[in-house]
Amino acid sequence: MKSGSEILVQALMDQGVDTIFGFPGGAVIGIYDVLYRTPQIKHVLVRHEQGATHAADGYARATGKCGVVMVTSGPGATNTVTGIATAYMDSVPIIVFTGQVTSAMIGNDAFQEADIIGITRPITKQSYLVKDVNQLSQVIHEAFHIATTGRPGPIVIDLPKDITMAKAIYKKINEINIRGYHPTYKGHSQQITKAAQMISNAERPLLYVGGGVNTGDAAEELRTLAKKGKIPVTTTLLGLGAFPEDDPLSLGMLGMHGTWYANMAIMDCDVLVAIGARFDDRITGKLSTFSTNSKKIHIDIDPTCISKNVQVNIPIVGHVKEILPKLAEAVKKTRSEKWLKQIEQWKKEHPLKYGSGKDKILPQRIIETIAKVTDHEAIISTDVGQNQMWAAQFFKYKNPRSFLSSGGLGTMGYGLPAAIGAKIGCKDKTVFCITGDGGFQMNIQELTTAVNYKVPVKIAVLNNGYLGMVRQWQELFFGKRYSQTILEDGNPDFVKLAEGYGAVGLRITKNEDVESVIRESLKIKDKPVVMDFFIEREENVMPMVPAGASLTDMIEGTV
Amino acid sequence: MKHTISVLFENKFNAIPRMVGLFSGRGYSIESISFGQGEEPGLTRATITTEGAEQIIEQIVKQLHKLVDVLKVVDLTYEPFVERELALVKVNSTPSTRAEIMQVTDIFRAKIIDISPKTLTIEVTGKSDKVNAAIGMLMQFGIREIARTGSVALKREFQGHI
Repeated sequence: MKSGSEILVQALMDQGVDTIFGFPGGAVIGIYDVLYRTPQIKHVLVRHEQGATHAADGYARATGKCGVVMVTSGPGATNTVTGIATAYMDSVPIIVFTGQVTSAMIGNDAFQEADIIGITRPITKQSYLVKDVNQLSQVIHEAFHIATTGRPGPIVIDLPKDITMAKAIYKKINEINIRGYHPTYKGHSQQITKAAQMISNAERPLLYVGGGVNTGDAAEELRTLAKKGKIPVTTTLLGLGAFPEDDPLSLGMLGMHGTWYANMAIMDCDVLVAIGARFDDRITGKLSTFSTNSKKIHIDIDPTCISKNVQVNIPIVGHVKEILPKLAEAVKKTRSEKWLKQIEQWKKEHPLKYGSGKDKILPQRIIETIAKVTDHEAIISTDVGQNQMWAAQFFKYKNPRSFLSSGGLGTMGYGLPAAIGAKIGCKDKTVFCITGDGGFQMNIQELTTAVNYKVPVKIAVLNNGYLGMVRQWQELFFGKRYSQTILEDGNPDFVKLAEGYGAVGLRITKNEDVESVIRESLKIKDKPVVMDFFIEREENVMPMVPAGASLTDMIEGTV
Repeated sequence: MKHTISVLFENKFNAIPRMVGLFSGRGYSIESISFGQGEEPGLTRATITTEGAEQIIEQIVKQLHKLVDVLKVVDLTYEPFVERELALVKVNSTPSTRAEIMQVTDIFRAKIIDISPKTLTIEVTGKSDKVNAAIGMLMQFGIREIARTGSVALKREFQGHI
């Protein structure tokens, strides 16, 4: 017989879990007692439960494994909500174990009681309140199965304190059979054949690739299809890295801050193949004018994504890794020569660009320098806003799972904890967190976590003293009325702050120091580095499609 | 257009709130929803009547199907189906109106299931429009309370020719 806590820890080990991100408390004290004598599982003590969820999320995105979070009841549980919602929107598999008051007390407004199952219902793929210790092992193994298969997503398992103390016999569950849960993996073969014909007959085909190709580990399969058909590729924010941006067929990112040529290509193509993407509003701009001349093929594992925003001609429900090879095999070379020439021309005429920035450090150059110094091999995590968009535009990603960012929910404060999680999961990779002076402060307490566990993440703060993206909108659409977006005077001294935490703090105010400081940061292997870049304060992210406008109505900015 | 959707699901903890939450969270409307045990223990059948444009209905069906605990979703609207609703209607009655109420009850093939000196309680079954009509006719006597089950529906199996 084992206690519920022992069963939980044994089940985690049987699932191959080696790292947990968490924060203890009264309701989970028994579980922590078991963890105390379980050296096989490394527990990373964060400083705020939101940090734990983002760290587990970054760990999951970077490694492809399931992230695991352990928190206590009540406030411990409610603090995970933003992290769970972030993972839900971006289809990231994490399992959040929340402590709960004893079964008999549930519903009595007990100390540190919160209905976390109710609170997280719309932002979890599935959730469980364990009412019988004999069910615990089944629930945990089932949760791992559901979180990591089909369209992945977060799961909450709520554990009343008495369940963790009650005894039962542990059974390892090898086969999971859930009557209502059978995600489709193989695409319909006739649909694939029809899609292949449509692509083969295209003159201006385009692959529009989303996070599904990263999540589905299908970058290689995607490359084969693009090469064989000579089809250009544009990716969404979360699709970055799924196709190497140094390939001539790459158009970079599309959408609100996408490249000019990617947006023109999407509006001008005759066959649009959406792969693991969901026609989000930041991608499509005004729906009624979106790619009206194209026939559309949509490959996605989630049937609800199909025809939700944009009607398509050929839907294929299934896993990209299963479908893309079949599609590549059936596609003949397309007649895309003229189209590729046109795209080359567009790339020449409207490249991504920024000013010379003689006096001030331009953020785009910082990103390019990080890319150069790390040979585009680093894992990048970002916050949300200008820092995120520059990191998306200028890094030129080569590898899948190398760009970690809150795309769907747009969560500020994601960058630092996600970087820590990614670095813990991928020890041999260099991990940069590209953040702003606003977002950095939203989970800055996690610097302690990085220092404590000697996690050498490199934090590049693009410090402009503004909530930059909102300021940009205010500049362009609200008559430069910078309502509550000026941070400058209220900002702390990030260098001193880093030092206070026991990290390395570096300030960069001159262009000529950018590269040398980034190189220097790479030499520090035992603690985090905070690089406080004083950047051009009112630099904007361009090009830009105003919210609700058509993709062709891009503002290009003046350089 | 009104749609009748039948959902068979494993009635595990949280399954019903997830189903209902899907409608409120995504802004879909529920006209009526009824739950009851399905063909085997542990299975529940929900009958949902809802309204919306075709694209919305398609999303509703897909989203319901996506729920982990859901086994089967059928939009019955496009096939022959049988549908019933039950309503209990408590109306005022006096010695002078009692006979007329009983007549109305007979016409709708409804039943009187409770009587008191001042009220009658009537059980009406049928399609929702029949139930509506019965309630409409009873209104003149003064309705005190109504309890309705919402529609329950199944696909019609035999569709023979005459």
